[in-house]
Amino acid sequence: MSAGADTDLPQTGGDVIERIMAILATVPDPEIPVISVLDLGIVRGVTETPDGYEISVTPTYAGCPATQVIAHDITAALEAAGISARLVTRLSPPWTTDWITSKGRASLHEFGIAPPGSVDHHAPQIVHFSPRAGRVNKLPACPHCGSAHSELLSQFGSTPCKALYRCIDCREPFDYFKPL
Amino acid sequence: MNPHIDYLLRLGDSSLVLGQRLSEWTGHGPVLEEDIAMTNIALDFVGQARMLLTHAGKLEGAGRDEDALAYFRDTRAYRNFTLCELPNSGIEKGGGEGACYAFTVMRNLLYCAWQAQLWAALAESKDTELAAIAAKSAKETAYHLRHASDWVVRFGDGTGQSHARAQRALLQLLPYTNELFCSDPVEEAMAIAGIGVRGADLKAGFDHLIGAVLDEAGLALPAACVFQSSGKSGMHSEHLDFLLTEMQSLARAHPGAQW
Repeated sequence: MSAGADTDLPQTGGDVIERIMAILATVPDPEIPVISVLDLGIVRGVTETPDGYEISVTPTYAGCPATQVIAHDITAALEAAGISARLVTRLSPPWTTDWITSKGRASLHEFGIAPPGSVDHHAPQIVHFSPRAGRVNKLPACPHCGSAHSELLSQFGSTPCKALYRCIDCREPFDYFKPL
Repeated sequence: MNPHIDYLLRLGDSSLVLGQRLSEWTGHGPVLEEDIAMTNIALDFVGQARMLLTHAGKLEGAGRDEDALAYFRDTRAYRNFTLCELPNSGIEKGGGEGACYAFTVMRNLLYCAWQAQLWAALAESKDTELAAIAAKSAKETAYHLRHASDWVVRFGDGTGQSHARAQRALLQLLPYTNELFCSDPVEEAMAIAGIGVRGADLKAGFDHLIGAVLDEAGLALPAACVFQSSGKSGMHSEHLDFLLTEMQSLARAHPGAQW
């Protein structure tokens, strides 16, 4: 992997790498199938090495069971296209929801999942002790009706990456992709 | 043992053992949302353990992977802090009245408040793999800490019964945090090498964090005591054997099985 001083985003030099990128754009996340692994921002680089092509992938949550399924799906999709590539796990820098592309965010919203707000890495970390009046975080807008009038049901939802909210206006519950 | 490996096992085993303890709530949570939340948190701890044990195994160079370290080491080889292995019921004689949620979230508060300081310090470790694991885990720990803080405040500032349970949990658990802050040769060697951090250096940040939560919860901080547990050097309470037996039985009954 070259140093990539200004960006860690996948390099696009050479036909094969472009083909690999095109294939990765069709590999869905196993738990949220409307978003591809590319739009999820977990593919951190594709490079040509003396032993073949190497794809760097970073896990979303360390314990997320989908990580292994994703690795398997990527390898299988590439094999089907006749490309052999090696997957390497890269932990640093850690994945952030800021890497989800705007196309990915739009797909999440359409699917009924409120996309994550941005993470300000320079802001001091504020720990909120209690979700009471006056100290709630900025609330996500309901992906069904658009109302910003929502409330937290649970900090932890159906997958490690999501929290569960409820819209107070349309009364529908919805998933919120937690900023990380 | 090489202090570097010992240090990684200390952190990895603590995450694994606490993750296993928390997973006991799966299907038994007090409400559905909490069942899911605690299971998610348990999963994050197991995720931390996987990264740390994999790294320890590679460093050891004896061909042991995360599974070999998790499933095929006995109690005395485990290096987790005693705090992480205590049963969810609490620790008075006779075992209490079964699993207690106040006890569970109080332990999470104490351990996650410590971890938050730890990860921040280890992000600068000269062991670049450990630094990467720390930077990754810090983000998840912030969510765990928020969850535990919310519940400690609700219990402490709740009904008479919930307050009493939270106070009892704090009284029983706080002495076990002494082990997190006392130095030993392993930690000292790692701190000098720039790989690890001295527990004593994490104390001020820890005190500040839990002080604010306990204040809001209306819980009294028990007086400091000299009690010292010794899980990190392999001398555990009677509770770890039972936990490991359950966790390891499947892998040991079918060695080499793939899942």
